[in-house]
Amino acid sequence: MYKLSNLLLACVFAFSVNAQENAGLRLPAGFSATLFADQIGTARHIAINDKGVLFAKLNNANKAGQSIVRMEDANGDGIAEKISGWGKYGGTGIFVKGNQLYASSDDAVYLYQLDANGEVTNPTAPKTIIQNLHSRRQHASKSITLDPQGNIYVNIGAYSNACQEKDRSVGSKGMMPCPILDSAGGVWKFDGKKENQSYAEGKRYATGLRNVIGLDWNNQTNSLFVTQHGRDQLNTFYPTMYTDAQNADLPAETMYEMKEGDDAGWPYVYYDPFQKKKILSPEYGGDGKLEGGKNALDPLVAFPAHMAPMALLFYKGNQFPAKYKEGAFISFHGSWNRAPLPQEGYFVAFVPFKNGKPAGEWEIFANGFAGADNNKSPRGAKARPCGLAEGPDGSLYVSDDSKGAIFKISFNK
Amino acid sequence: MMGKMQFKIVSLIVVALVYCVQANAQNMQKGKKIYEAKCLACHQADGGGVPNMNAPLDAASNVVGKDIARLVRIIRYGYNERIALDGFYYSNAMTASPDLKDNEIADLLTYIRNSWSNKASAVTIAQVQAAKKKQ
Repeated sequence: MYKLSNLLLACVFAFSVNAQENAGLRLPAGFSATLFADQIGTARHIAINDKGVLFAKLNNANKAGQSIVRMEDANGDGIAEKISGWGKYGGTGIFVKGNQLYASSDDAVYLYQLDANGEVTNPTAPKTIIQNLHSRRQHASKSITLDPQGNIYVNIGAYSNACQEKDRSVGSKGMMPCPILDSAGGVWKFDGKKENQSYAEGKRYATGLRNVIGLDWNNQTNSLFVTQHGRDQLNTFYPTMYTDAQNADLPAETMYEMKEGDDAGWPYVYYDPFQKKKILSPEYGGDGKLEGGKNALDPLVAFPAHMAPMALLFYKGNQFPAKYKEGAFISFHGSWNRAPLPQEGYFVAFVPFKNGKPAGEWEIFANGFAGADNNKSPRGAKARPCGLAEGPDGSLYVSDDSKGAIFKISFNK
Repeated sequence: MMGKMQFKIVSLIVVALVYCVQANAQNMQKGKKIYEAKCLACHQADGGGVPNMNAPLDAASNVVGKDIARLVRIIRYGYNERIALDGFYYSNAMTASPDLKDNEIADLLTYIRNSWSNKASAVTIAQVQAAKKKQ
């Protein structure tokens, strides 16, 4: 009896240790993960400087009253022991370029100066680079990235699901043309150095994007890539056209390469990954089969519906095996609009690239964020992948915006 | 010893109680059906909502609170504003349901207020009608 209970205890112990191996993540062979930081707050996008100091933008100020958190792992054990922060406003976007740190609220972009140690020198007095952008609750977060010339690209999400006269209402028609597109539903380009810019000083760079949260500049193609959150609730508003099961799979979450002036088709069309066509939205007279969006882009990659791509990162490092070089990592927050079918996502995906074009099917890279019990309800998920950053040593960092974990993923051969 | 009259009264009470409990189960069942058709997509099977977007119904102070009229109006008319609930904010628009009848709203609210970890009073048709008059 004594032996049996000891054995049981040993099993329980082994299991609990095992559950924490790789910080609870499931990774391809040869990779490992550490819990770099935990409970830092609602960590949206993350960025890292060339010394490996990691910065996270929080959606809401944390208990310490900080909305930008600085994390440093001085002893190199994969866990940040120096954690500090500043800033009072919530937001999503963060980007580090040399000693300059850009961070966004839901209506503005601010610029901070970092010193040689990666410490902020003007925490309460940043420069306001962009201001007075639309922040109308829905899709209000502003993601940012810069090109090598120092131009800054800002997503201004559409404050609507499908540009209905009455948002998310049964039987309400789509507005023609959609008036939202003049000031939202696309990516805007600004000068990364000029202060106090707004719509008048910026330029609508690309349009027809319902909500882009993941965006990254691809140095190989010298162009902007984005991931879009597709529309919701086809079955709720058009139950005679779409079953619950069809809604769970429609439309695709999509990746585009956006050149200046490009249009991805929202709200007039959505992308059906089974027919491989741009389908006219039911709000605009579609029936699930009629095509539309002649002048709109086709996606480069179509992912399963509703998984919510939160960040896009082209891998530039040499730590990971060769197949990952120049490929795209995409974090998926996890779905809610697949209900009543089981939710999906809650992982980090990878798309191999060659010569700036997708060169193979997407695959799951890191999984298990939702927790060992596989709880994939948005509320119940242990972690929801959000931001991505690549360290100077080629490690990949993933943030979780529900409880504030930061995972560091490395390749050990 | 129980008199005939007393026996009759007790029986009547028992029958009435059984009837009430049954009606309640029926209301819950009807409410569940409406929930699945109209609410579950956003508020989720576990009533947990979606962080930052769709408000939770489970363990939400307003949902199990005393202001029934407000709940009725939210269901009937929806809203289009960012709301605060128990220390968090939710940004998605709430879809109006003008097609739901008074008894359906009563059943739906009874279901929501008594599902997951929620335990609150059932909502009557009279309460739904009272809320409508106020608006």
